[in-house]
Amino acid sequence: MPVRSAPATAPVVELLGVTKRFPGVLAVDRVDLALLPGEVHALLGENGAGKSTLVAMLSGLVEPDAGTVRVEGRERRIGSPRAALQQGISTVFQHVMLVPTLTVLENLVLGMSWWRRPDRAELERRLAAIRSEFGITLDLDQPTGELSLGEQQQIEIVRALLRQSRVLILDEATSMLTPSGADELGALMRRLVKSGLAVVFITHKLDEACRFGDRITVLRLGRKVGELAPEGLAAMDQAAAVDEVVGLMFGDRSIAEARPTRLRKAEGAPILTVRGLTVTGATRLARVDDVSFDLRPGEILGIAGIDGNGQKQLAEALAGQRTVATGSITLDGRDITRDSVAERRRLGLRYLTDDRIGEGAVGGFPVATNTVLKEIGAPPFWSGGIERPGRIASHARELIDRYDVRTPDETTPIGRLSGGNIQKVLLARELSGEARVVVFNKPTYGLDVQNIMASRNRIAAIADASLAVLLISTDLEELLDVADRIAVMAAGRLTGIVANDEGARARIGALMIGRAA
Amino acid sequence: MSVSLETTPGEIGEAAPGRHRALVHLALVTLGPILAALVLSGLVLLALGVDPLAYYGYVAQRGLFSWLGLQQTLTRMAPLLCLAAALIVAFRAGIWNLGIDGQFLLGAMTSAALAPFLITVLPAGATLLVAAAGAALVGAVWSLLPALLRAYQQVNEIITTLMMTFLGVSFANLLVKLVFLDPGTTVPQTRTLPVADRLPTLFGTTISGGLVLGLVAVVVVHLVMTRTAFGLKLRTVGENPQAAHHAGLDVPLLTVAVFAISAALAGLAGGIEILGVHGNLRADWNPAYGLAVIPLVFLARFNGFAAIVFVFFYSALMIGGESAARRIGVPHYFTLVLVANLLILLALAEYLDHRRRQRAG
Repeated sequence: MPVRSAPATAPVVELLGVTKRFPGVLAVDRVDLALLPGEVHALLGENGAGKSTLVAMLSGLVEPDAGTVRVEGRERRIGSPRAALQQGISTVFQHVMLVPTLTVLENLVLGMSWWRRPDRAELERRLAAIRSEFGITLDLDQPTGELSLGEQQQIEIVRALLRQSRVLILDEATSMLTPSGADELGALMRRLVKSGLAVVFITHKLDEACRFGDRITVLRLGRKVGELAPEGLAAMDQAAAVDEVVGLMFGDRSIAEARPTRLRKAEGAPILTVRGLTVTGATRLARVDDVSFDLRPGEILGIAGIDGNGQKQLAEALAGQRTVATGSITLDGRDITRDSVAERRRLGLRYLTDDRIGEGAVGGFPVATNTVLKEIGAPPFWSGGIERPGRIASHARELIDRYDVRTPDETTPIGRLSGGNIQKVLLARELSGEARVVVFNKPTYGLDVQNIMASRNRIAAIADASLAVLLISTDLEELLDVADRIAVMAAGRLTGIVANDEGARARIGALMIGRAA
Repeated sequence: MSVSLETTPGEIGEAAPGRHRALVHLALVTLGPILAALVLSGLVLLALGVDPLAYYGYVAQRGLFSWLGLQQTLTRMAPLLCLAAALIVAFRAGIWNLGIDGQFLLGAMTSAALAPFLITVLPAGATLLVAAAGAALVGAVWSLLPALLRAYQQVNEIITTLMMTFLGVSFANLLVKLVFLDPGTTVPQTRTLPVADRLPTLFGTTISGGLVLGLVAVVVVHLVMTRTAFGLKLRTVGENPQAAHHAGLDVPLLTVAVFAISAALAGLAGGIEILGVHGNLRADWNPAYGLAVIPLVFLARFNGFAAIVFVFFYSALMIGGESAARRIGVPHYFTLVLVANLLILLALAEYLDHRRRQRAG
């Protein structure tokens, strides 16, 4: 572990209770964050935890809906990337933002005074200073596109130093580096903070946060769920720190306590049988590799795993939205591997997507139309291809009533509703008619606490009504809360299925961390 | 993107004040830009040394208030309405078919090539039917390449349809000059369908029967898009293709269908113009109606009935403008200047309205 100094200085930048809503999603929920000079502040969280939105706020890409931003104690607006740079906040984004056809020199002087010829001698003098202090060497005349990603990242860091930034944000900076490259970056960060800079290191990798961070803030579902201060971190060894952070990342006991235990368990023969399901994908992770499982009526099978390990592809293959390479899907004895989305829906297989706005709903259409979006042309809502608006409206009103959707009325465009209410409409749509198997993909993602609770209760109730449920979630606590069995998915494969009993948390957690680190 | 104007029954009684306000608001953001465009274009006329009031008065007189002018106006509406229908289908389905001028001209060429020949072997009714169907078919075929590229390769159709228009216009000219040339005349043009065999005129006037076809096309397209399952499928694809895929719709197939329907209507517009008005196709004739109809359809917010109203006034403007060109010396394409001003001011009004609503909400 690096030696940690204890800076007792005031924060350079401070976020106080910042909140950001996007259509249907509460991306950041009342987060406080203080960036101190001389400290590497690791921001840790899963995809969708709110890291990117916080970075976007600090770098001037979005403005918070509520809360305040203070720079050196004074309240400021960061309304544009230019404003962020003027306040001394530089960001190195996950994907390099350099012009590949320009030389290193040209990239470094981009954005500086355009009316002056760049003073090469002056620049070289300053680069020499940077080289001696931080050990970064650059060849000014090389075209940027010919350099490795690590070298390109260094150019961006140097650019921030030339601008005399006080805060340097590194967004998923290790994601494109080799392990040794990541270590070098860690050492560089150490030198940077020693010079008085405040560094924000965003990552979803646990071990890196613990190795490189002086202070660790853990985000989950848009909320700050914990912060480990340098004093506390220094007292722990690395394993203890990882344990502590794992607890913060995957656990939120306060939500789970209220739930009564489920009434019924799996019964009878499997209704959904998946054998050797394989889906090819663009990347190593975005695929499904030889997945097999059974699902019984009344059962909730959870799929745990780090986001982006083939869960969405699995759900889409089951729903019929994605072509299956090999393997079979059998619903109640009938092979549906090649059936269309509509046919599977008719047979009772329903899929609730995680992408409520982008895929689940048509934002500009009324709530009523969205409730029948998967049955366009079918009776009783259409007769001979002609719409029957009265039938659709009364159907929608009934669902709004039954699922407690908060909307002015059924003619309101669904995009105007909150994420929780959109989710209720989509759930109502999937459960209407003869539903038998429901696939949920991250059903509570982006919802507030109340709606998370309500959604989990509803999922449990669905299983209690003898429907089979496949619950894909990156929230382990959610799975431990409602699932009967939990499978762990990593790199497209199911690495194991365990019963959800005493000790399940430890077994699954270990499996997941093993993959995550 | 689109603002829906449809009313659903039951809504009117309950929310009358709200609806009333909405209508006033709609009139404001629609009529406001129209009046502003008239004023702005008037200033252009002043700068040219023409009295705008005299010009507008003359245009109105020749396009609207004289019986002869009104008949010409209503006749001119026919192809414009078909083109409006073509655009409404495409735009509501989220597809920017900007190639209607090419599809129009190839449709016109097809009718002009077929009709004078067919009339020698078929009765007049069958001739007109086959020639019109041929125009629609050729229009649709001309959109196939952009359609397939968009449906299966996600190639931006704005570019491909525009490019196909350049090709289509030149190709139609080439065919007129090399293949379907009437040997009996010195001007390069196709053979001529006798006046007696053209689309029947309405009730003893000179108004072309094409007007009925155009009106039917717009109304049917409007009803299909707003009241049927097929229309909802197309609108779903247009608003959110991912949601359409999620809901089990065959997005590529529907995309190709939209192109085919839209381009067939554009081709039909060309056919109607030939079969109803000209009887033949002269080389290098390209009215480029599409350029004017696109802003009109936007102004109508993709609503068929509103489009009919706007097309009527634009036709009057065109006919009046053509007379004014001869009489007052203002070039006939000044109507395009007016439409361009209108489009800019319309966009401005939309922007200001959007800003105002954002601040309010």
